[in-house]
Amino acid sequence: MMMSDSKKSVVFHLGFLALLFLLQFILPAYHHGNLARIMVLATYAMGYNILFGYTGLLSLGHAMFFAAGMYGMGLTMTHLGWTAGPGMLAGLLAGVLVSAGIGFLALRTSGVSFMIVTLMFAQAGFLTILYFGEWTRGDEGFVIRQADRVFAGIDLSDPTYRYLAALLLFGICLMLTIRLMQSRFGHVLIAIRENEERTQMLGYDVHFHKWMAVIASGTMAAVAGAAYALLFGYAGATFASVQYSIFPLLWVLLGGAGTALGPFIGTLFMFYLIDLSSSLTTAYMLIAGVALVLLTLFLPQGLVGEWRRKMMPWLT
Amino acid sequence: MELAPYLILGCIEGLVTAAVLALMAVGLSLVFGVMRVVNVAHGEFFMLGAVLAWFVADQLGGHPAIAFLAALIIAPLLVGTLAMLADMTILKRISYDPERTIVATIGLLYIIQQLTLMTYGSNARPVEPPFNQRIAIPWFEWTDGGLSLYWPWGLGTTSYKLAVIGFAIILLLGIWVLMTRTRIGLIMRATQLDRDVAQAYGINVDRVYAMVFGLGAGLAALAAVLIVPIQQAHYLMGHDPLLLSFIVVIIGGLGSLVGTVIAAVMIGLSDGLISVFFTPTLAKIIATLMVTFVLIFRPSGLMGSK
Repeated sequence: MMMSDSKKSVVFHLGFLALLFLLQFILPAYHHGNLARIMVLATYAMGYNILFGYTGLLSLGHAMFFAAGMYGMGLTMTHLGWTAGPGMLAGLLAGVLVSAGIGFLALRTSGVSFMIVTLMFAQAGFLTILYFGEWTRGDEGFVIRQADRVFAGIDLSDPTYRYLAALLLFGICLMLTIRLMQSRFGHVLIAIRENEERTQMLGYDVHFHKWMAVIASGTMAAVAGAAYALLFGYAGATFASVQYSIFPLLWVLLGGAGTALGPFIGTLFMFYLIDLSSSLTTAYMLIAGVALVLLTLFLPQGLVGEWRRKMMPWLT
Repeated sequence: MELAPYLILGCIEGLVTAAVLALMAVGLSLVFGVMRVVNVAHGEFFMLGAVLAWFVADQLGGHPAIAFLAALIIAPLLVGTLAMLADMTILKRISYDPERTIVATIGLLYIIQQLTLMTYGSNARPVEPPFNQRIAIPWFEWTDGGLSLYWPWGLGTTSYKLAVIGFAIILLLGIWVLMTRTRIGLIMRATQLDRDVAQAYGINVDRVYAMVFGLGAGLAALAAVLIVPIQQAHYLMGHDPLLLSFIVVIIGGLGSLVGTVIAAVMIGLSDGLISVFFTPTLAKIIATLMVTFVLIFRPSGLMGSK
């Protein structure tokens, strides 16, 4: 029996998640920990991908959404004494609010101005975190106590539970992305990427769809930020800096913009590339720079993009 | 405490910032105007200018004025040449596609920055100014004998800072003459208006692009050489000026040189004045958020067309 393309894609990605589940039993401790981190960061990159890969809007300010989730959770837990569950919700809500507000303002511009404006907003956000150093502890950041990192009686600082929590988050966001992109809404986003004027002419509310894409993208990034703080127990201003806005762009481009699995593959490769090079030199970001230039020159579709073009045209 | 002398001091500091910012932002604006390229690596060309200025001055030694003059000529030329090479080897090959150019120049940013870290190191190093007399700021005072001058204690600027402002004005006038009164300027404006028609009329567009990209980077380097006797050369120094130039270029209207200069003066002055009374961090937040207001009321900037 032949499966439809969208079903094939769902089965393929479920299979991939099963593979990640099984990997935890064979991976050595170091790589086990890395993979948990990579899955959370890949969730951030998937959020970025909704806006950049599928809708075609290049933002250089996603660190502010990641940080909104991280601080939405971290600050309420540290200063208001909230527990992990409400803390995560606060992070999610912070993401929705920040992305709705920034999206509303930034979408008044398009193209190059949109990129610059998001960069500016993120910079203002970063400086604001530094300015309120009394609460946020600025660059130094703050640790979320191990006793607080418990959700429904499960200690999330324990490597096994941490891996499972990261996998759960990653899996939900991956399947959500696929569902979203196979829906009517997702098709409109892709249409906007391909030809904005034509989509408008066909009667779609382009501005509204772009706004929703910013919110979906920003919220997923914020949830990843909150989860990162919860699972690894640290929140700091570095995560709001320009560098953390550029990382998801790099990961998505390397893995393949507009592919569901691209963000994960890109994050995995770049994580290990930087991990290896930082043991050789302090100038490890050189690798990221060289990768970006080579990617634009020789592999504009990214790894999964090439893979889809050659072998699996049905991939979401 | 008399307020006015502090305001004068704030204005002078602000104008120094504005002078350097205007030069740098005009470079960015020129590249965007003619080539439609957003050069994210612009801040690194600035940083490279400062580091090369230190290198040239350090190698040459001798009188600070001679070393500085040599740096003022050599550093922008080297940076400009490097930028032209980057244009020909990378940007031309991706045919100036807007998004891919942004990504490629982000890559370039890290390559330049990290290579500087590997060779020059993470120390901040100063360049000696060519001249540096202290000038106290005078103020008036009503005394029994009528109006008299006095010098509030501790408030002052240096002759070098005033010279930076003057030199930047001369350079900006030079660029204006270059763009509006010379054949090269005419060719650049023709390319800006319509690349294809310009090419049809026999203009070597590839060469114009390489030249404009080199000129833009050279201006950033020049701005850095001017500032390096005041601030020290450091491998991360390109970051803040890049963001400020972006702000200036948006507020001034993308691609408009006059708008860019006006916006640079606005941002520089407000930065200087706010910094006198508040912390630099708050000054930066305010400057950044000013962009929002310009966006809400004038999406195409102060002097932008459309």
